[in-house]
Amino acid sequence: MNIPHKSFPIDDAHREPLRHLLTALADDHLILGHRHSEWTGLGPILEEDIAFSSIAQDQMGHALGFYSLLHEHLDAPDPDIHAFTRQETDFSCCQLVEWPIGDYDFSLTRHLFFDLAAGLRMETLSLSNFKPLAQLATKIRGEVKYHMFHAKTMVSQLGKSSDETARARMQTAINRQFGLALGMFEPRVGEQLLDEANIAPIESKWRDRWLEALNAVLDGTGLHIPDPERIEPVYGGRRGYHTEYLQPLLNEMTEVFRLDPQAEW
Amino acid sequence: MYGGGYIPKEETRKTVVNDDPDMLAAFEARVARGEKVEPRDWMPTEYRRQLIRMIEQHAHSEIIGALPEGTWITRAPGFRRKLALMAKVQDEVGHAQLLYSAAETLGKPREAMINDLINGKSKYSNVFNYPAKTWADVAVIGFLIDAAAIVNQVANSKGSYGPYCRALERICYEESFHLKQGHSVFVYLATGTPLQRSMLQDALNRWWKPIMHFFGPSDEMSEHTLTLMRWKVKMATNDDMRQQFLSLYVPKIQELGLSLPDAELRKDADSGKWLFGDPDWAEFFAVIRGNGPCNAERLAVRKAAEVNGAWVRKALQQADARYVTPLA
Repeated sequence: MNIPHKSFPIDDAHREPLRHLLTALADDHLILGHRHSEWTGLGPILEEDIAFSSIAQDQMGHALGFYSLLHEHLDAPDPDIHAFTRQETDFSCCQLVEWPIGDYDFSLTRHLFFDLAAGLRMETLSLSNFKPLAQLATKIRGEVKYHMFHAKTMVSQLGKSSDETARARMQTAINRQFGLALGMFEPRVGEQLLDEANIAPIESKWRDRWLEALNAVLDGTGLHIPDPERIEPVYGGRRGYHTEYLQPLLNEMTEVFRLDPQAEW
Repeated sequence: MYGGGYIPKEETRKTVVNDDPDMLAAFEARVARGEKVEPRDWMPTEYRRQLIRMIEQHAHSEIIGALPEGTWITRAPGFRRKLALMAKVQDEVGHAQLLYSAAETLGKPREAMINDLINGKSKYSNVFNYPAKTWADVAVIGFLIDAAAIVNQVANSKGSYGPYCRALERICYEESFHLKQGHSVFVYLATGTPLQRSMLQDALNRWWKPIMHFFGPSDEMSEHTLTLMRWKVKMATNDDMRQQFLSLYVPKIQELGLSLPDAELRKDADSGKWLFGDPDWAEFFAVIRGNGPCNAERLAVRKAAEVNGAWVRKALQQADARYVTPLA
């Protein structure tokens, strides 16, 4: 993804909060992109292999876009170095994206939860006062639209299926990862400042819109969300606290790169 | 990738069906004129059977071939390589989808083909029964095995069966990008640090034998082979395709200062043909019989994917359970 290299004026007070926002977005997409790519060759039908692989590529591209913004506007290192040489505790992805792919029901539900949130985020961010982000968000939004077509189609077909096992599996997958999904909206450092400057809203605004949109998506599928008031959100990811699943994935992601970080691969 | 040039001989021949001689003569005349055969056209029983086997094995090779490379997607160094490898392996799975569809036009459903694959009845290219141990293996597979597959597929795309040819044309178009991807990784390693070069040389040493096996042993010029060539099911002999591959790619490997693990490999000035040592055909046949380093693993992974995904397929099929017979 080519982002025109222009330094855009950023208020000093906004630099740190913006760094937090962009790193969270970049890390979420990077890690989930890797997870989705693990379906390559293993999907329940060939068409699903191809779909997950395609979404994974988009997400990797989105991650690259966010890391590039960090590099160009906020003095972060080159995207490759930034993405593939940090310690686990320096990652700020939410824990939802770290979990292994599990079975198809888990991965499909996660894909729905994540892309629904990503779509809403990009919709708002495409109007951001931080113009380079607005441009990138506009581009990503167009791609996420197709991810949502896919997620909705599959979730509704399985939810409406006359097969009881499929319906039960989907409902269980929703129930089990709902706390993780709410963790996508963990409050960010300095989010209030960005909200006031119309750069990005606070996370709870996104969460409320997400809950509303999710209810609408599931309406008529026979599936439903658990009562959000009774589910504890799984926070910590944004502050560097991760599941046991992240470190092994990071080791794998950087295995070749670490053989010789100075070499060109 | 990945259509292996070699379609193993069947252990037992099926009953010979005698086709209507007039229809057969008309069919052969059409093929000789260069016309394409389409799914609803009359075709000899043996033509249909051989094509199903060939296209099915090609499709299986694509999905099994996605496994050794697929494990390197998460490990690929840096965004550029990751994105390219993801796109490449996704293409391969897409090729399987195209090819299964082409084979289905001949009357065998995809489910039946996949069942035959996981039960070991139907084969796939031997080359995927070898492990991809390092990142340099991704370079060798992407560059040389894709190149070998292109030699085979370009030949087959000029065959007589319309749906297969059209699928192959599209596949070859995508393969040419895979070759670029493989070549780029290959060149970076070949011209990189001593560690990178030694990784690549090691990968090349390990893969050379399976690459020489790729097109299969010399064809027996039997009546059967001649018939398949006349029907434009088989478009070139295994030896011809291997020679074409060696002529195109050995110089490219040598230019990069890499060696090949065959002391007898050289181009004969008089005949213009490549001479090479015995590539161990005994090993080739052992791998076909299921005794290669990764046969069991590859099939186990494929089987696990089928079993784990069975509930999804079942549920999707039942989505239309409330079928209503149309009026009239």
